[in-house]
Amino acid sequence: MQNIDRRNFLKWSGVLTIGFTLPSMGKANPLNSMLTDTLAGELNAFVVITKDNKITIFNPRPDMGQGSTQAMPMLIAEELEVRLEDVHIVSTTGAKKHGGQGAGGSTSVRTKFKTLREAGAQAREMLTEAAAKRWGVPIDECYAENGQIIHKSSKKAVKYGDLVEDAAKLEVPKSPKLKDPKDFKLIGKSLPRLDVPTRVNGTAMYGIDAKIEGMLYAVVLHSPVIHGKIVSIDDSAALKVAGVKKVVKIERALPHKTIDAVAIVATNTWAAIQGRNALKVVWDNGDFDKVSTADYFKNIHSAVKNREGGYTNKDAKGDVKAALAKAKKVVTGEYETPFTAHAPIEPENCTAWVQGDKVEIWAPTQGPDWLMGTVAEKNGFKPENIKVNPMLLGGAFGRKAYFDFVCEAVDLSKKLNAPVKLMWTREDDLMQGPVRPGMVYGLRGGLDENNNLVAYENRIAGGLLGWQLGKTPPEKSDDSWAEGVKQEDSPYDIPNRVQIFHLEDTHIPIVWWRSVYTSTNSFAHECFMDEMAHAAGKDPLQFRLDLLKEEPRFANVLKFVAEKAGYGKPLPAGQAQGIAVAHSFGSTAAYVITVSRQGAGVKIEKVVAAIDCGIAINPDNVKAQTEGNIVMGLSAALKEPITIVNGVVQQTNFHQFTPLRIYEVPPMEIHVIPSTEQPGGAGEPGLPPVAPALCNAIFNLTGKRVRTLPFDLANLG
Amino acid sequence: MAKYTLNINGKPTILEAEPNMPLLWALRDIIGLTGTKFGCGMSQCGACTVHLNGSPVRSCSVPLSQVKKGKITTIEGISTDTNHVVQQAWIAEQVPQCGYCQSGQIMSAVALLKSNPKPTDADIDNAMSGNLCRCGTYQRIRKAIHLASDMLKENGGKMEMPKGVKTASSMKG
Repeated sequence: MQNIDRRNFLKWSGVLTIGFTLPSMGKANPLNSMLTDTLAGELNAFVVITKDNKITIFNPRPDMGQGSTQAMPMLIAEELEVRLEDVHIVSTTGAKKHGGQGAGGSTSVRTKFKTLREAGAQAREMLTEAAAKRWGVPIDECYAENGQIIHKSSKKAVKYGDLVEDAAKLEVPKSPKLKDPKDFKLIGKSLPRLDVPTRVNGTAMYGIDAKIEGMLYAVVLHSPVIHGKIVSIDDSAALKVAGVKKVVKIERALPHKTIDAVAIVATNTWAAIQGRNALKVVWDNGDFDKVSTADYFKNIHSAVKNREGGYTNKDAKGDVKAALAKAKKVVTGEYETPFTAHAPIEPENCTAWVQGDKVEIWAPTQGPDWLMGTVAEKNGFKPENIKVNPMLLGGAFGRKAYFDFVCEAVDLSKKLNAPVKLMWTREDDLMQGPVRPGMVYGLRGGLDENNNLVAYENRIAGGLLGWQLGKTPPEKSDDSWAEGVKQEDSPYDIPNRVQIFHLEDTHIPIVWWRSVYTSTNSFAHECFMDEMAHAAGKDPLQFRLDLLKEEPRFANVLKFVAEKAGYGKPLPAGQAQGIAVAHSFGSTAAYVITVSRQGAGVKIEKVVAAIDCGIAINPDNVKAQTEGNIVMGLSAALKEPITIVNGVVQQTNFHQFTPLRIYEVPPMEIHVIPSTEQPGGAGEPGLPPVAPALCNAIFNLTGKRVRTLPFDLANLG
Repeated sequence: MAKYTLNINGKPTILEAEPNMPLLWALRDIIGLTGTKFGCGMSQCGACTVHLNGSPVRSCSVPLSQVKKGKITTIEGISTDTNHVVQQAWIAEQVPQCGYCQSGQIMSAVALLKSNPKPTDADIDNAMSGNLCRCGTYQRIRKAIHLASDMLKENGGKMEMPKGVKTASSMKG
């Protein structure tokens, strides 16, 4: 519920006497209020209407800034025929009846588009039937509008709340009739997000704002060399710090291994931080102090150079080796992308309260159900004894679907036998991982005598998330490592085409980062497609379109952005444009970026984007997400690598890890392509084509091909 | 421990804390004003921006001993009903995504408009350069500051909008 106007919620929260303690206001014993299975006035798992006409809609996807607080309820409200202003929105808390509740992979709208509309339609049909019965009229003479059922001819009207008792007794329709999209009143409109006011006046409650009576505060000392083991703890000085209560050894459970950490517990966060500064721990680093990103890159550059072994992706086709041997011209290119951090401005934090065999958790989590599974496994609680209060997330980008910080808080509360808020500082966030894996790409392309692209080989080397997180080998990873560049995502018609993965096993904790493998794959792939276009002597846009004759929807995104950006038209002297496209998470985005010369480098004059995400639930929010993707994509291309030397991350805070600031952000223009197709994702697909469009523009302007990220825009060398 | 009477959002607030405790943690952990956010602890991200005697400061780096009788304004204190022109402009432009950094962004923007009611893009870049937004809302922040500047002029230079004027649609265009 933290997503809605809190005052309104407080006014009516008494109605639902079970389940919904305010996340931030833990009462004497919140564990007595575990969510029960059925609520009064529950028409289905997502719609609850009470007799006093309060309408509650459940949002099954946590909001990390992507707008699920609006998009999910809109789907229900559309079919339920209510205005969002008139309903209360409550976050789900992991209960099975709400289905999958993880926000990740830009899946919210595309997986819930049908089911949530059905939930709204079910309730609408039940209410309509109840009204028809009451009036003794045929159902088809009644319709729903604005929270009421209306009888067409007599104009009699009855509010949902007056019908709910009767409606709840009716059978839930299995396949309710969904509205024709042309009748949509909410979907497709750029309606203001109703939670925005709470995000500009300080009342929105993020994980870090959780507060429960009697709560202690903790920060954690992690081993600077990730995976270091505790040899000894000297807490004498730490315990002398005013406010410090205790120093406790705790476990940091990564998905694949559990490592040591030490919590400093105090009466406030500042005291805990001071205590940490005074704490002395001797660590046994084993061989982990030999881990370095430089060695990692050396290994994977060798792997793609040697061209031996590796795992071939499933949709490989033709005989690339033979085709390359026969080709008139062969082009090679080796690309590198860095490790990078998510760095949400709200650092990882969790408030936990273990009481006996039960635990209640307040956390910024990308998935309350995922979190429950992890806590059950790592901390040893029965799922039914775990209560999760999903708080707003102050950014996440994949990081807050990795629950090491939650497991730490639960472990600490258990050991303290008290409620505790455990907070990571920026140093923990940047220096402890997990991070996006660094990748290297070895590409070869072959042109025939007519300059047609006849062979394409992409050797992709680096860490494999599934392998580290769950020992899933490449052959069982559904070619996740080839996302964005495999045939189904990048449908260029190339007769001989292969992606080959070289797994680099690494101790560096790695995880998904906004748009995951596509975020790096597309850089190499789309820059290399440009290299091939230039080698063929063709315009890069035309070269791509020639390979997309059977893919009109994909090609249209390129054409659309090209037209909007005036691609191919004369530019002012000293300017050039670059183009790139990528399909990921169900949507296709393309960019034209214009650059100009500036000293030894270039300046980005403008970024123009087009995105085809099918039906856009809220086009303005799709734009907002794309704006964010431009900034994050540019940050990752131009700034912020994470580097590790002797096992230690070298970037400790925002003075060394430097996402773009306002004065570095170029003008941008986003076009959401009108569509009646099924919705795709919106939170991630806008990111991957940013870096290649920029680097393709730089090549067109300067003749210099950027193959390694990040690079210095002000000095191209 | 020392006893302080801080002037926060126009109200005297008594608390006991260590003199070296940054204002941020006093606001958040002791006083319970959690609208001011923690992001870095070293004046790099601006999420903790508040006003001290009208000027923006990073509260993570201002110890209580330095605050003294200074007037502190936090995000909770800039308007009575979310009706500050900057808040209204932020709503009209739908600036926030996750919103976590926006308290700090807004405090910086309010301070900018106080000293410079008609800022240029360069003025905005300069005044807002200390505030990071990882969601990438910078383009909308820029637009919203220009809008707030226009609203300020229409509102006779008063920072708080009259009651009732608060929907996004009434702000736009």
